[in-house]
Amino acid sequence: MKSLETYLRALRASGRKALVPYFVAGVTPHWVQHVEAAVHAGADAIEIGIPFSDPMMDGVVIQEAALRALQAGTTFDSLCTDLAKLSTSVPLVAMTYFNIFHHYGLERSAGKLQSSGMSGAIVPDLPLEEADQWRSACAAHDVANIFLVAPSSPADRISSIAKATEGFCYASARMAVTGKSNNTGEGARVVSEIRAVSDVPTYIGIGISTPEQARAASSVSDGVIVGSALVQIILNGGGADDVESFVGGFRRAIDE
Amino acid sequence: MTDSKVFMTPPDERGHFGTFGGRFVPEALMPACLELETAFVEAWSDSHFTDEYRKVLHEFGGRPTPVTPLHRLSEQLGLRIFAKREDLAHTGSHKINNVIGQTLLTKRMGKTRVIAETGAGQHGVATATAAARMGLECTVYMGEIDTERQALNVFRMELLGATVVPVTSGSRTLKDAVNEAMREWVTCVQDTHYCLGSVMGPHPFPWMVREMQSIIGTEASQQLQQLGVEEPDLVVACVGGGSNAAGVFAGFANSSTRLIGIEAAGGSAVGKGSPGVLHGMRSLLLQDEFGQIEEAFSISAGLDYPGIGPEHAYLAASGRAEYFAIGDEDVINALQVLSLTEGIIPALETAHAVAWILQEAGKQIPLGSTVLLNLSGRGDKDVAQVREILRAQS
Repeated sequence: MKSLETYLRALRASGRKALVPYFVAGVTPHWVQHVEAAVHAGADAIEIGIPFSDPMMDGVVIQEAALRALQAGTTFDSLCTDLAKLSTSVPLVAMTYFNIFHHYGLERSAGKLQSSGMSGAIVPDLPLEEADQWRSACAAHDVANIFLVAPSSPADRISSIAKATEGFCYASARMAVTGKSNNTGEGARVVSEIRAVSDVPTYIGIGISTPEQARAASSVSDGVIVGSALVQIILNGGGADDVESFVGGFRRAIDE
Repeated sequence: MTDSKVFMTPPDERGHFGTFGGRFVPEALMPACLELETAFVEAWSDSHFTDEYRKVLHEFGGRPTPVTPLHRLSEQLGLRIFAKREDLAHTGSHKINNVIGQTLLTKRMGKTRVIAETGAGQHGVATATAAARMGLECTVYMGEIDTERQALNVFRMELLGATVVPVTSGSRTLKDAVNEAMREWVTCVQDTHYCLGSVMGPHPFPWMVREMQSIIGTEASQQLQQLGVEEPDLVVACVGGGSNAAGVFAGFANSSTRLIGIEAAGGSAVGKGSPGVLHGMRSLLLQDEFGQIEEAFSISAGLDYPGIGPEHAYLAASGRAEYFAIGDEDVINALQVLSLTEGIIPALETAHAVAWILQEAGKQIPLGSTVLLNLSGRGDKDVAQVREILRAQS
């Protein structure tokens, strides 16, 4: 079992619901301080978005953040260098589109993730059918490859995905790109279908923008992922204090 | 070309042409891609469906389009040139072939709405046209820059009842229109079909669109034989995503005819690109040293795309087809030459293929060769832009 999954299973066994904030690497010069603030406020793991020019699964907020990060010169290498400044014990999970790793080299990418302290990867445009080579590269470097399940996934696909995912299973609450706020949508149904075939930790993401939504989602799952709402605060010029207060609000709601 | 290989057959079961193609889409879209693949395979082997497809293309689309000998240009260049007249198809380009097929398939799948991306507007107009004819709702995503340089096509789509959404993200051209259409498709996949306009995207689109365009090559091959040409020496077509080229190549893929694709110099994925993954496919892409997709630049909105269909990447890698690039400066001249010598104003996209023939007659094209030009579209949509360019030059 990958280190990430061992860690997240132990977290669940301790009775704690996981809170996983998402950051776009390089969106501001001090983005690593934002990550530290989130950990301080009670995040259990961090999703590190590696910016890509064509983020097909992302709405306008993360598109804008990715654009700013790229204009600031952020690269896979540069954000890994930035992460060396980060002192935290919580796991880091990379999130990006497949072309970044494809271009960098799959084996080299997995090695880079490992040496930079990222123990997992989410690649939303890499479905199970195309993932064999990437999974082999991850296997050699203790990187957990996390798959998504969508509300549209039929039972046979959910079963295959839940067996293949490592670390946790990412349950999309809605048929939408990131950043469309709503209720927790179909998250509960998706989670129960995953749980019927696997005991892998299952987190709900996409469409969670308020502490109330996070509380509802975490009550039917093992954790929640919060992306666009947090990235919006940073785009608006928010600093580490604002991040800490935002993440702290989610933490309290989940723990209530 | 090696004799043992057969080209332009179906891809493997996961949509690969060699190492290219595949299906790199979010999980939310996988069920829709699988549903589409099943529906297409069933429909394409159902003679009721294919009869209806050919009937609509005949009665409504104006097929078969003729093959026209280009006598005066042939004489000037020392070649024997024929043009497959896709410019005479309804809506003025080959795009109608694909959209009739896909809208019939949309109805067969029980969906009531189509969305589409468009660059120059040709595919958008064709989709709006087919949607009107079939009684389907239609929304077209078009880069904001393209809505400005092809404003009349926006109006055409609206006249045909479509909603045109200007895309303001990224390069604000075709690349981002595809991104936006994909994002939209995730939210409405239950009742909506994404009517992709070229031989690109995730499996089964590259294969399905090639099949729906292969009527060009099938007709042209028969028509040339009736004109006494057993096999042309060359087939020449412009390539953005590559649907008109794939369609005409399909009629000659397993002959000894040289297959030539002409890219815009500013969007030359074969010439300047490298393997990468975008828009659901592994293909050749323009990208920087970090794997960020670069913007294409071309005088013709329809070729303003940083990638190429995966089967073309495979045909290039295997050596079965050859790809060359033509710069903007030669395109306007080619458009004028064809207008003056043959009485045909070609689309700027098509003018790239014309320009290559003008440039290479007696060089890469030996004198006396028989050449089939796929005249993929008419230039009416481009005349305002051409007038501005020529005024600026004079």
